[in-house]
Amino acid sequence: MSGGVDSATAAARAVDAGHEVTGVHLALSQNPQSYRTGARGCCTLEDARDARRAADVIGIPFYVWDMAERFARDVVDDFVAEYAAGRTPNPCLRCNEKIKFAAVLDRALALGFDAVCTGHYARTDSAAGTLRRAADPGKDQSYVLAVLTRDQIAHAMFPLGDTPKTAVREEARDRGLLVADKPDSHDVCFIADGDTQGFLARKLGPAPGQIVDEDGTVLGGHDGAYAFTVGQRKGLRVDRPAPDGRPRYVLSIEPVSSTVTVGSPEALAVREITAVRPVWTGCEPPPVPIECSVQLRAHGDVYACVAALSGDDLHIELREPARAVAPGQAAVLYDGDTVLGSATIAVTR
Amino acid sequence: MNTSPVVYLDHAATTPLLPEAIDAMTEELGRLGNPSSLHDAGRRARRVVEESREQIAEVFGARASEVIFTSGGTEADNLAVKGLFWARRAADERRCRVLTTAVEHHAVLDSVHWLASAQGARPDWLGVDSCGLVSPAGLREALERDPGSAAVVSVMWANNEVGAVQPIAALAEVAHEFGVPFHTDAVQAAAQLPVDFAASGVDAMTVTGHKLGGPVGAGALILGRGMAPVPVLHGGGQERDIRSGTLDAPAIRAFAVAAVVSAQRRVDEAKRLAALRDDLIRQVLAAVPNAILNGPPPGPERLPANAHFSFPGCEGDALLLLLDARGIACSTGSACTAGVAEPSHVLLAMGADEARARGSLRFSLGHTTTQADVDALGAAIGEAVSRSRRAAAR
Repeated sequence: MSGGVDSATAAARAVDAGHEVTGVHLALSQNPQSYRTGARGCCTLEDARDARRAADVIGIPFYVWDMAERFARDVVDDFVAEYAAGRTPNPCLRCNEKIKFAAVLDRALALGFDAVCTGHYARTDSAAGTLRRAADPGKDQSYVLAVLTRDQIAHAMFPLGDTPKTAVREEARDRGLLVADKPDSHDVCFIADGDTQGFLARKLGPAPGQIVDEDGTVLGGHDGAYAFTVGQRKGLRVDRPAPDGRPRYVLSIEPVSSTVTVGSPEALAVREITAVRPVWTGCEPPPVPIECSVQLRAHGDVYACVAALSGDDLHIELREPARAVAPGQAAVLYDGDTVLGSATIAVTR
Repeated sequence: MNTSPVVYLDHAATTPLLPEAIDAMTEELGRLGNPSSLHDAGRRARRVVEESREQIAEVFGARASEVIFTSGGTEADNLAVKGLFWARRAADERRCRVLTTAVEHHAVLDSVHWLASAQGARPDWLGVDSCGLVSPAGLREALERDPGSAAVVSVMWANNEVGAVQPIAALAEVAHEFGVPFHTDAVQAAAQLPVDFAASGVDAMTVTGHKLGGPVGAGALILGRGMAPVPVLHGGGQERDIRSGTLDAPAIRAFAVAAVVSAQRRVDEAKRLAALRDDLIRQVLAAVPNAILNGPPPGPERLPANAHFSFPGCEGDALLLLLDARGIACSTGSACTAGVAEPSHVLLAMGADEARARGSLRFSLGHTTTQADVDALGAAIGEAVSRSRRAAAR
């Protein structure tokens, strides 16, 4: 229970469904003050209190579990290392993979619980261990859950998957949950001021390098390649205009030489993707290429594609080009609403 | 779901109100009067406070004029430690040392840390042995190093986590050899041991109502004559100008009633609880043979109603959850911020490693405890420990 409206309502619904429910709030920072304050984050003292009060109203026992060490290692350090390697990680996905449905689930199962229930917007078939998009397409979170294995999904409950967010808020109000009108959380919960670049600069220190165009012409310099994301247009600080006068975008990041390559929007077009460490839940690892669709970032567009497995690498050929595909993000394959599998984007062409 | 625990083994946190205290408080809540007012209603309320003061003084071997009412143990500890430090240093600025132990309650511990960080105090942490006991020789050594710089000594009478009973009279005597005032937090000792202010020789002593069957919100600092701590709270000048604030007559009366009743029953009750506690230890060790009893062995050096164990391979908070789910209330005995359990500073000071400190639980008995409570724990602890071990092994 994060202290937000979704997990509170999910817990209440689990109670209504007849389950024996225990509320757990995760303490993710060794120093709670250092994480986001106010209503937006997931790990402040105020959020812990909101979660406790929701548990009181629902009438379930409530505990705080200290996951700060695991979170620092598996989510925060990983986040920093991924940026240092020139990739763009998704920490919420990593938290689901390593904390909520791993460390928390393992501990819960050992203590005699049967499942972890959260306020995520997604639908599952526990018997099959498969995952589907939520009924509310605007809130669907299947993308950040697609990394879960069948076994993890079989022990996950998402009671809000069938309900639009507006209805959840209304229901929370009807249930007397004080968090009914609390704003949604966004951004990265462990970056207190919302300044990701500043956070990375403090963690990684200066790593100056060059900004070049596609021909290798040096256009300028930067203080750290980790400050850039593929597809980024703003903040390049390149004085010399492009020959055609059009805006330039980050095309690629090369961490060893700390080189950022920029170029025209056309050069951002991606037709082929190689992704690694695939997880399959909606189907067996496909022996032959399959026609399906793929989503390449949270709340991003969906593209028709052909996906083929070769060894541990997943090759994805897009039917139409995608723009600004960042290595480090997940490529999630869908058959209609059903998640087939997920892998981490490594190379784009 | 349990609305109230079936088996309550956390009396050291707070113990149920005695019916006599509820009756007295309920009656008093319906009455009018500020004890500081000069009219009839005020005098009546003042009489209640003064009679209560006399009763509490008698129970704890003090004079009525030595009882300073506070809101509880934390306030009394703050007043004693900070107030005596300020007063002693004001009289002689070389006096900057606060001598205390690493196993104090946070009310003393954090007061000393604050004095060090914000007021220029130099803390001297007295070591404890593996049972949590402080030695008078250790105190003497620390004082001898530089007697002129010692401002105040504070050592708890009995430890709230592991139940270690300190040699308070001997420690106070050492402090007095060097002319240094001695404070003791007797919050845990007051209900279970013969706590006699005058006989112990201490200069200041903290007691509180809700550990002996009175209400939360009423406590006292018993303060020897000649002690003039600088106040923490300034205002109307109540309580010898040492603790300002309107006196809470209903809570004070109930505190006094509880103190008197608990003192009348103390000898028999201590014997009864010690026997139950010994059986609890026997049952826990039978169910979990490698559990470690922390603190002194049962006997005069241990509170009769305290048992405290480390369960190797377990996390205390997981054990607490599992027992809570079976209606058994106990404590990890540690401080909480946002409900996150820190490893016990008491066990760490006794030389335990962090894993052992984290894997520990306190069971504390009180006036409502029965053999059935102990048996319920004995029946549940084995399964809880093996489950918790499986969880920790992951």
